Amino acid sequence: MKPLRVRSMFDVASIREDFPILQRQVHGKPLVYLDNAATTQKPRAVIEALVHFYEHHNANIHRAIHALGEEATAAYEETRASVARFINAPRPECIVFTRNTTEAINLVAYAWGRQNIGPGDEIVLTEMEHHSNLVPWQRLAQETGATVKYIGVSDEGTLALNDLGSFIGERVKLVAVTHVSNALGTINPVEEIVAAAHRRGAVAVVDGAQGAPHMPVDVQALDCDFYAFSAHKMLGPTGVGVLYGRYELLDAMQPFLSGGEMIRRVRLDGANWNDVPWKFEAGTPNVADVIAFSAALDYLTALGMANVRAHEEELTAYALRRLRQREELIIYGPLDASRRGGVVSFNYPDIHPHDVGTILDREGVAIRAGHHCAQPLMNRFGVAGTVRASFYIYNTVEEVDALLQGIEKVRAFFGDAGR
Amino acid sequence: MPVDRDVELDELYREIILDHYRNPRNRGSLEEPSLSGEGDNPLCGDEVKLDVAIQGDHVAGVRFLGRGCSISQASASMLTQAIMGLSLDEVEALFESFKGMMYGSDQVDAESLGDLEALQGVRKFPVRVKCATLAWNVLQEALDRHRKAKT
Repeated sequence: MKPLRVRSMFDVASIREDFPILQRQVHGKPLVYLDNAATTQKPRAVIEALVHFYEHHNANIHRAIHALGEEATAAYEETRASVARFINAPRPECIVFTRNTTEAINLVAYAWGRQNIGPGDEIVLTEMEHHSNLVPWQRLAQETGATVKYIGVSDEGTLALNDLGSFIGERVKLVAVTHVSNALGTINPVEEIVAAAHRRGAVAVVDGAQGAPHMPVDVQALDCDFYAFSAHKMLGPTGVGVLYGRYELLDAMQPFLSGGEMIRRVRLDGANWNDVPWKFEAGTPNVADVIAFSAALDYLTALGMANVRAHEEELTAYALRRLRQREELIIYGPLDASRRGGVVSFNYPDIHPHDVGTILDREGVAIRAGHHCAQPLMNRFGVAGTVRASFYIYNTVEEVDALLQGIEKVRAFFGDAGR
Repeated sequence: MPVDRDVELDELYREIILDHYRNPRNRGSLEEPSLSGEGDNPLCGDEVKLDVAIQGDHVAGVRFLGRGCSISQASASMLTQAIMGLSLDEVEALFESFKGMMYGSDQVDAESLGDLEALQGVRKFPVRVKCATLAWNVLQEALDRHRKAKT
């Protein structure tokens, strides 16, 4: 089969040159990195931004009178403004830096949830949530006497939304949904769900960990109240998460963590709080990594997020076509690439994903094998886990071919074992 | 198969391991086990449930159920064969030898382990060692509970 050519405006070969790690070999084979939904690799610009900060500007922020402190503070706040532009937030103050998506969602569960959820209230989630958009809400429900309801998942791996209006009833106070399923790749109709939540006066939280890195996101168009994502899944360093929140909601919320930075004035009999968003950034934040994240946003913005999406969609369509040619493979999630992010999830009927993962690793192909932190979803499909390949800007059709060759090798190795 | 054989991979998936995976021995459960246990590796979803019948001080019957990767299920199957008829002290000693082999102790005579020796190849794949030891950990916890209940 003649490989597809990726559109010329998106020069994958030159993109690859920006990523030092893509030069390395694994078990004597060129690295084929297809675990981007877990974390992405970093371009030289991000690595250099991190080193540059430590070599030239390192200081604590928001308190120093000296030059370094001013420079560090300015760079940190400029990143906040960059993030706001990246997702079209109305103002930089709507952006709170956290450690990761998980912490961002926990922030909402603690600071908004404990103030606004009470006995008998309902929280609506979906069966396809990552544990990080599931467990914080289950705990909130347990502590407040609220109940959790789940929107089901169809055999095709899409949300069962036909009865959404009545499912989101009068007692629903919060709806939390993933933008793109990390395990199946399904792109959810977030606008529709947010609108249904708002008709009942409920707050809508979107887990954007697999959304913001892969497609244009406009939080004002989505109209969501909170949107959470992680820098490390979009070329940035680990240890930086983003919570976008509607300003009025953030302003009305009590702090999450407390200590330095988040206060305005502290007396022996109490304290009052700093303004949004600093109210939510207690202690010295991850200054260097936030600042280096800026270089990642610049890199993606220069490529254009619509082009990023188009490239991933093309790779996904190609991968789905190739996988479907091996008829024995069970593919999870929509078969139409226009309805899924750059994720393909599949299984051999008789070979455990970890056995597939081990053999692919020997071929230099890095994929994820397991439950993808979505155990209820795995139970829904009656499997312990799946094999997941996930793509990003630097992946090529030749790498999809390498994946397929590896998969053929798995079958050759196992023969008809377990059948 | 391709010409460039991957020796370490061949060692991991020795034919005897694939055979136990394909045709698990002693699969099932016992009606009145003297001890049972179950365990899983939450990260990979491997599950093993063991039933053991003890007469006097010896293993008189053993069955396992489970699902998971080839290594975890083959190891469980091999365990059921290996401990059948042994005294509890012998089971304990075998467990120590097996763990010694999996964690790279030089003092273990792998040949004394019989078929279990085939699992030696797993050592080269550190993330898979916990697959091979799952059934053994389930057995040890069940034996510990059994002992505590008796004393």
